[in-house]
Amino acid sequence: MNYSKEVLKHFSKPHNYGKIDNYDGLGRVGNMACGDEMFVYIKIKENTIKDIKFETFGCVAAIATSSVLTDLAKKKTIEEALKITKQDVVDALGALPPIKIHCSVLAIDALNEAVYDYFVKNNLPISKELEDKHSQIIKRESCHS
Amino acid sequence: MYFDYAATTPVDKRVIKSMIPFLNQKFGNPSSMHSFSADTKKALEKSRSIIAKVIKANPKEIVFTSSATESNNMALKGVAFAKKKGHILVSSVEHDCVLNTAKWLGKNGFEVEFLPVDKYGMVDPKEVERRIKKNTILVSVMHVNNEVGTIQPIREIGKICKENNIYFHSDAAQSFGKIPIDITNIDLLTISSQKIYGPKGAAALFVKEGVKIEPLLHGGGQEGGLRSSTENVPAIVGFAKATEICFSLMDKEQERLTKLRDKIIDKLIKEVPNCYLNGHPTKRISNNINIRFSFIEGEAILFMLNSYGIAVSTASACSSPKLEPSHVLSAMGLKQEDAHGSIRISLGRMTKISEVNYLLKVLPEIVKKLRKISPHK
Repeated sequence: MNYSKEVLKHFSKPHNYGKIDNYDGLGRVGNMACGDEMFVYIKIKENTIKDIKFETFGCVAAIATSSVLTDLAKKKTIEEALKITKQDVVDALGALPPIKIHCSVLAIDALNEAVYDYFVKNNLPISKELEDKHSQIIKRESCHS
Repeated sequence: MYFDYAATTPVDKRVIKSMIPFLNQKFGNPSSMHSFSADTKKALEKSRSIIAKVIKANPKEIVFTSSATESNNMALKGVAFAKKKGHILVSSVEHDCVLNTAKWLGKNGFEVEFLPVDKYGMVDPKEVERRIKKNTILVSVMHVNNEVGTIQPIREIGKICKENNIYFHSDAAQSFGKIPIDITNIDLLTISSQKIYGPKGAAALFVKEGVKIEPLLHGGGQEGGLRSSTENVPAIVGFAKATEICFSLMDKEQERLTKLRDKIIDKLIKEVPNCYLNGHPTKRISNNINIRFSFIEGEAILFMLNSYGIAVSTASACSSPKLEPSHVLSAMGLKQEDAHGSIRISLGRMTKISEVNYLLKVLPEIVKKLRKISPHK
């Protein structure tokens, strides 16, 4: 597998890994059978992602995309964070092998789910966009779509 | 530090020395009539005799090829094309070059069936007996599995084939030069140079006298008409030299590697929680360790080890070009989530105890680090 320098940097020294014990939202996507599973924890203060951490089971790309996602989302408002795309994740890593693009999708999905979880827990109004994305994610059946 | 000898090996210095004269001084085409070809013709036949002798075959029964992949293609397609139709039984844990050849034959009019294996990756000879039919033309079961190192009961399987008048082929790329091979019940045997400190580009297929196969390459009729092409004399000479060295060191080297292998297995299983051996604990080639760690993924382990200067391999789905899991671990009944965390550590002639100690220091730390990142512990 040909990984960019930035991917290997994030992989060998991942940023923001671990759990946030009193998190405000938790997004869980993927599963062990598929080979990648990501948990993203967020702490929200004044509509801003004050803290974000991840736990990932998976390959080099899965760990690197999780790490870079937390960098991209930290200190952003919820609205800004939801605008992060898989291309932003890929760009921040320099490049991803085509076969590993699904890892960047998974990272975005995990963040989306963490925000969704925060909204549900706090009885906040959920936009149609976020609701649609959520139902798409939980319906996903095949491993690497 | 290299722990991937099952993938390929460095060429032994003595082997390199034996090959050099055949690159420029003794370069003649063995098929030519003039004096330039005399030396190469002689060297070619001497190499054939050396390789025949170690497996107690007749030199005429050794056909040189370019790779184990070619030998395996030649065995399966060669028998199929000679018989024109029929049923072929192949184990489900074969190397891709056997499996994909069998699948291709399946798409081209032959009846192909895959033999199941037990949880250690072993074929039960009774399964072979149960599945052979009147029209079975060939059974192919490898001697030693390349991923998990399980030694197959080829003597028993070969005996069943012999009694039923069916050709038996075995891919011995992972066992040749490491453990003795008894060809009594074998009709076709694949052996390779690059796994035994010989050069790449040389391999052979033992074809027992009387066994009828069609060639894949037609041309000048070299290798008894079975493999046209000007023989790769430098590589074949190197292959023979590598064979001589391996067989002269075999007993001592196997004893040494078995000790190192068991040290690695015992220490990892004892010290790392949720760590399991894939493959058979004892019916296992001396240089193979295939081990799995729960909650983490093989490609991540491989890259982390690589950053410490340690080279291993993994059959994890995430490392395969199609994101498909190892067919060997799947055939052994391993669940997907368990198979992902498997790595193969393979030892060889240059493996030192100091390297093993370094591996045993680094690997448990890496497992710990990756588990810290994982949501499951």
